[in-house]
Amino acid sequence: MSTKNQEREPIFSAANLKLLTGPLNLNNPITVQVLGICSALAVTAKMKPAFVMALSVTVVTGFSNLVISWLRNGIPPRIRIIVQLVVVAALVILVDQLLKAFVFDVSKQLSVFVGLIITNCIIMGRLEAFAMANKPWPSFLDGIGNGLGYGMILLIVAFFRELFGSGTLFGFQIVPESLYHMGYQNNGMMILPPMALITIGTIIWVQRTFKRSLIEK
Amino acid sequence: MYSNGYIFRYASIIVILAAAFLSAASVLLKPFQERNIEIDNMQGILSAVKIPGVTALNAIPQFNKYIVEEQVIDPKTGDVLNDYTKSPKEDAPAFKIDLKAELYNKAHNKPYKLPIYIAEVNDQKIYVIPMYGQGLWGPIWGNVALNSDFKTVVGVYFDDEEETPGLGGEIKSAHFKDQFVGKTIFDNHGNFTSIKVVKGGIGKLAPDDRIHGVDALSGATLTSNGVNDMFENVLKSYLPYIKKHS
Repeated sequence: MSTKNQEREPIFSAANLKLLTGPLNLNNPITVQVLGICSALAVTAKMKPAFVMALSVTVVTGFSNLVISWLRNGIPPRIRIIVQLVVVAALVILVDQLLKAFVFDVSKQLSVFVGLIITNCIIMGRLEAFAMANKPWPSFLDGIGNGLGYGMILLIVAFFRELFGSGTLFGFQIVPESLYHMGYQNNGMMILPPMALITIGTIIWVQRTFKRSLIEK
Repeated sequence: MYSNGYIFRYASIIVILAAAFLSAASVLLKPFQERNIEIDNMQGILSAVKIPGVTALNAIPQFNKYIVEEQVIDPKTGDVLNDYTKSPKEDAPAFKIDLKAELYNKAHNKPYKLPIYIAEVNDQKIYVIPMYGQGLWGPIWGNVALNSDFKTVVGVYFDDEEETPGLGGEIKSAHFKDQFVGKTIFDNHGNFTSIKVVKGGIGKLAPDDRIHGVDALSGATLTSNGVNDMFENVLKSYLPYIKKHS
């Protein structure tokens, strides 16, 4: 590829934009690739931790993709997984330290799950499948796109779980007091992890109803 | 192909860079994190006293409002070494004590000192004793608030570093903590009973002893044992102080 060719490609070309938007829909890491389910079940009882988790994962996928793509020509293939892990682990520890410094209460709620971002299959998956073979900018977009795709599902699940489980959104009371006086009760089941699985299952069902191409033969 | 030498050099450089980067981040962020931990401690103390509506944002003024006295005590004799009633309350020597280090000294038979916080709610004095112990995977800690008779539990607070969410992590839940309210740490003859965390439920205890026990968490026996041991171990150290002051 000539340098002239590289210069001509705009920062947000159609191909690059697709990297960003694909994971939000037809290539969603959770609902289509079914990766990163574990943390999606664990941190979605409330919107706030889900939002912070989504943000953390997006930052880690974006920057680990960027760094690995930047290093990709020098990484010896025999130790590439180790190098990827070092980069991901360093970023996750940094995110954890930042959360502890600036949003301590959320950091306490997320507890071990921030550390477990290291083992989130989406991150290693994107590094192996994309960043090792593509230039830094598209890799960064791919990472951000996948983080957003993950975060979007997290927030949708958390929306339903917090609304029906606690009657709040981001901690603010949504279900009016008068409804409780009329006998309405929060559904305690929504707080428990199994309901996250059922909610994700429902999202996958709805998505496949509209996009028949996603259904396996 | 890459030579072994290249691979070693590459791996070393990557690891050293990552380490340097993280050390720098850790040093820069430390003051913020320590401040957060102090605020968290205040919230824990106020939570044991059952002050409602304490958040990270109002913890400092609330702490200054409800805590009237902070003492450093000598566990051997029960004497008060430092009595702090000034403001700001977070500058008290008692508040700066590292409980983990003091309990380490205790375990190694070295001299040590302990903090106690005195809150005043509705003209009633409430004594808050901080605790520290071992859970299953890591440390657990908390506070127990006692009535001015040093016998009845007003409230407790627990936290942990890495107990399993949903199992041992449930020590933080209201349904576990609420069990402690109204339990007593002395029997009617004034003998220290601590509070037993009973596997299988307090139904297993003799009817007279049920006031000194709570139900353990199912699926979290070792964390429950940790809470049990933490109560016994820490409260024992306060017995001379309690004898002198009750």
